Amino acid sequence: MLDDFFIRALLAGLGIAFVTGPLGCFVIWRRLSYFGDTLAHSALLGVTLAYTMEFNIAISVFIISSCIALILIQLQKRTNLPGDALLGLLAHSSLAVGLVVIGFLTFIRFDIMGLLFGDILAVTADDLLIIWIGGPLMLLILKLIWKPLFASTVNYELAEAEGLNPDRAKAIFTILMAGIIAISIKMVGLLLITGMLIIPAAMARNISSSPQSMVIYSVLGGLLSVILGLFTSLQFNTSSGPSIIAASLFLFILSLVKIKQSIKLKN
Amino acid sequence: MSLNQNILVKLKQAGFRINGKWLVKGVSLEIERGKIVTLIGPNGSGKSTTAKIALGIYKKIDGEVEKHTNKIGYVPQKISIDWTLPLRVNDFMVLTENLKEEAINEALTLTGVIHLKDKNLGDLSGGEFQRVLLARAISKKPELLVLDEPVQGVDFTGEIALYELIKKISDELNCGILLISHDLHTVMSATDHVVCLNGHVCCSGSPLDVAKNNEYKALFGEQASQILTRYKHSHDHIHTNEGEIKKN
Repeated sequence: MLDDFFIRALLAGLGIAFVTGPLGCFVIWRRLSYFGDTLAHSALLGVTLAYTMEFNIAISVFIISSCIALILIQLQKRTNLPGDALLGLLAHSSLAVGLVVIGFLTFIRFDIMGLLFGDILAVTADDLLIIWIGGPLMLLILKLIWKPLFASTVNYELAEAEGLNPDRAKAIFTILMAGIIAISIKMVGLLLITGMLIIPAAMARNISSSPQSMVIYSVLGGLLSVILGLFTSLQFNTSSGPSIIAASLFLFILSLVKIKQSIKLKN
Repeated sequence: MSLNQNILVKLKQAGFRINGKWLVKGVSLEIERGKIVTLIGPNGSGKSTTAKIALGIYKKIDGEVEKHTNKIGYVPQKISIDWTLPLRVNDFMVLTENLKEEAINEALTLTGVIHLKDKNLGDLSGGEFQRVLLARAISKKPELLVLDEPVQGVDFTGEIALYELIKKISDELNCGILLISHDLHTVMSATDHVVCLNGHVCCSGSPLDVAKNNEYKALFGEQASQILTRYKHSHDHIHTNEGEIKKN
């Protein structure tokens, strides 16, 4: 039953969940879920680039998403459009351009569903290598910038005043976001990556009382979602991305039950 | 470079504008070790802006800021903690610096909120939260303390106690303090230097000098001036009491 491809998918998914856990908490705390969406949508362009240049998907997605993040920062400085409008502009235009480019590339057969919703069959040994080298590296970087990033999440001016350099931490965090999207696009699919970031973190918020415990529960929730989701995917032949996200939704609903109980206890 | 070794921050004709509109302009002041400088002025007069210039939060400023310390404790005027962030008082205390347990306990005890250590920040009252903010700022034993209306929402007796605490901290840590306050009454007791702002420096000097200043009177009214002079009087009176400081 456990074919080789399934083991690969499982290892990939678990590797991703270790990183989406803590990053997802910051996405929720800093209200970046739409920003995550924008980067994920722009990833389609990265994928087309990878196909045309016969390049690794994760690396080209990482490059394109980072570029989009840079463009966003520039646009924020140059126009007075509100942030959500800018994000929408970039998200949908990059998705549209990506799809148009795919239309031109008639000589390559694209599995659009796989791109949008993830495909466990697509995970190669190279992808595993990128996930298990890139993932721990990203966690290490996050640990190094934790203090300034977290302090500025609580209050930017306080972090800046007390000399923590929050702008640098924010820039590094943006790159980490591009990184997680790059390594998880094959598994989860570009439409659902933000779900993988925020749903386990939202579940974790319901049951934690400190930032550290929220990060830990978020990682555990992600790992569990991947395991549940992938077995469902294998069993019922569903796409991997939706299965994982549905599993995380299930965990989120369970966490709501816990909240209800604690509210009852308080009363 | 300034020759005075005690100077922590020095503003020279500093100003800040957003979209061409000046928030504050032409502010010059110095904060020295062990001294308390108080900014007063009506709403929108640029008090918080001046504090943020001194702290280096605003970067594109007019004029100059010389900063000679990196050990800074800051109590912002407004801080809101989102529900999505589960944060206990204990987590908040180590926000910008890793502190030893004793340092955390000491600071929370000083501001009278040690019993709230494991509480969620979101569950605190306004006054309690303000005490936690102050505790966090002093716990790292800063050289420069910037307090933007540190006692807002604190009850009356607590207010006096906290101002006394601020004075004590300034003496014990020998740190410079930049204080922003509306409460002319209480503030003036400990203040070494007052800067009265109204978009620019309208007057500055010792509390008594400022109280006598005509521009100050025009801004706050004759009564406010009397508060200060009267305070000065009672201040002298208390000091004759065997060196012990007591409030009426």
